[in-house]
Amino acid sequence: MGGGTATADAVLSVEGLSASYGPVKALDDVTLRAEQGRITAVLGANGAGKTTLLRTISGLVRPTAGRVVLNGEDVTRAAVEAMVTKGMSHVPEGRGVIAELTVDENLRVGSLFRGKVGQDEFDRVYDLFPRIKERRASTAHTLSGGERQMLVIGRALLARPKLLLLDEPSLGLAPRIVAQIFALLRKLVDTEGLSVLLVEQNARSALSVADIGVVLNLGRVVVTDDAARLAGDEDLRHAYLGF
Amino acid sequence: MQQFVNLTLGGVITGAVYAAFALALVLIWRSTRIVNFAQGSMAALTTFIALSLIEGGQSYWVGLVVALLAGLVIGAVVERVVIRPVEGGPELNAVIVTLGLFIAIQALISVLFGVNQRAFVPPFSTIGFKAGDFTLALSPNTLFTLGAVLLVMVGLTALFRFTRVGLAMRASAFGQEVARLLGVRVGRMLTLGWALAAVVGSLAGMLIAAEVSFVAPTFMDSLIVFGFVAAVLGGLDSPIGAVVGGLLLGLALSYVRGYLDETLVGMAALVILVVVLLVRPGGLFSTTQTRRA
Repeated sequence: MGGGTATADAVLSVEGLSASYGPVKALDDVTLRAEQGRITAVLGANGAGKTTLLRTISGLVRPTAGRVVLNGEDVTRAAVEAMVTKGMSHVPEGRGVIAELTVDENLRVGSLFRGKVGQDEFDRVYDLFPRIKERRASTAHTLSGGERQMLVIGRALLARPKLLLLDEPSLGLAPRIVAQIFALLRKLVDTEGLSVLLVEQNARSALSVADIGVVLNLGRVVVTDDAARLAGDEDLRHAYLGF
Repeated sequence: MQQFVNLTLGGVITGAVYAAFALALVLIWRSTRIVNFAQGSMAALTTFIALSLIEGGQSYWVGLVVALLAGLVIGAVVERVVIRPVEGGPELNAVIVTLGLFIAIQALISVLFGVNQRAFVPPFSTIGFKAGDFTLALSPNTLFTLGAVLLVMVGLTALFRFTRVGLAMRASAFGQEVARLLGVRVGRMLTLGWALAAVVGSLAGMLIAAEVSFVAPTFMDSLIVFGFVAAVLGGLDSPIGAVVGGLLLGLALSYVRGYLDETLVGMAALVILVVVLLVRPGGLFSTTQTRRA
């Protein structure tokens, strides 16, 4: 898989979404799709509305207009807590570990809503991230930035999502760790049919792993295109992506 | 020496009750960042409910169970109806609401049960055990008090550490938004936290009533002060800190009462509070003092 040929099924489609913080319009008529088995990267500068986009999709921010459709179901007004049962996991910005809980407890919180979950599923996550396996009994506040990112991705996978929303997974991480994490995402997408909607300021890294790129500027979609083509478009890169 | 032994025993026993009460405050603070000033009058209300049953001919144990159940219901209702609208708003709003609730519930008790002191018969004998000629400040009833507090602590620890609901409660307390994104019904967990805290508070009310052998609408007022000092001493965020803080405060106040003067006890508690806030504002056991920078 990989590459970006024409249309696939949309796991998520965002239609004409707008959201505001008081008088400030953070999202303005945003329309985009996350396709089955693809990585879609939403790029843009600080303040472009990337985080707000994910928070509105999850229901943490209520939209002023537009719809969010997940697997064909309108979830615009669904409860935040219900999204995970509908197959969507949102890994928020700033890593989102619960610092006071241990690594193991953090993972268990991620599976609570499913009832009893077999140890094999935890083992699978630990196999994906041997680094956090060594730290399983430690309190999460002792983890490094990279370990935290692995923990929250592993925790999100325990929810068995069809769609993973990732907010700035590369933030503050060494390039080597970023490459590792992106390579793993690619593998999960290619081998397990996971779909990813990724929000990144680090456009270069994101476009190197993504299939489709969406550029957001001041709350509006500027362009949606094949990731490789976006990376090759020099004018666009200079104008919006800063590399 | 005999005086020291008895002051120490007395300190441990009152300290255990302070600890239970402080634990109730900590449970609520951890999950909602609210100091529940109404905890004392809520506990007084449930103790009065138990007393009316006992006076009506029921056994102490029926009264105790009803008091704990009443605490559960009152705690849940208070959170859903009164606290939920101010959660997440400015902190002062919640403080004012719980202070208002404190006065309102106390008034309600006076309306329902009258303002007079009423005798409360302890479930066990209060006559101290003897060691030779020396009467210890330790009686079957104080053993019951200690045992009950210990049981609650072990129970809560087990709940938080080993159960799914306990994990969900801790996740909700420490990372509300993340917990919601992971599908934890945070609202329910907060309600449950308040309900559990009110149960623990109700137990403290029943135990104190038996120790002092009377109840009045205001009989828990001093306990809210002592419980709060104990909780701050332990660091408001830490259940273990609340227990240790309660015991330390109980001992300190017992020595003040015995070696200095009974009338200095209230002041001593406030002096300890001020010193702790000056020297270690995060408390002795706070693990999260840097979180709210």
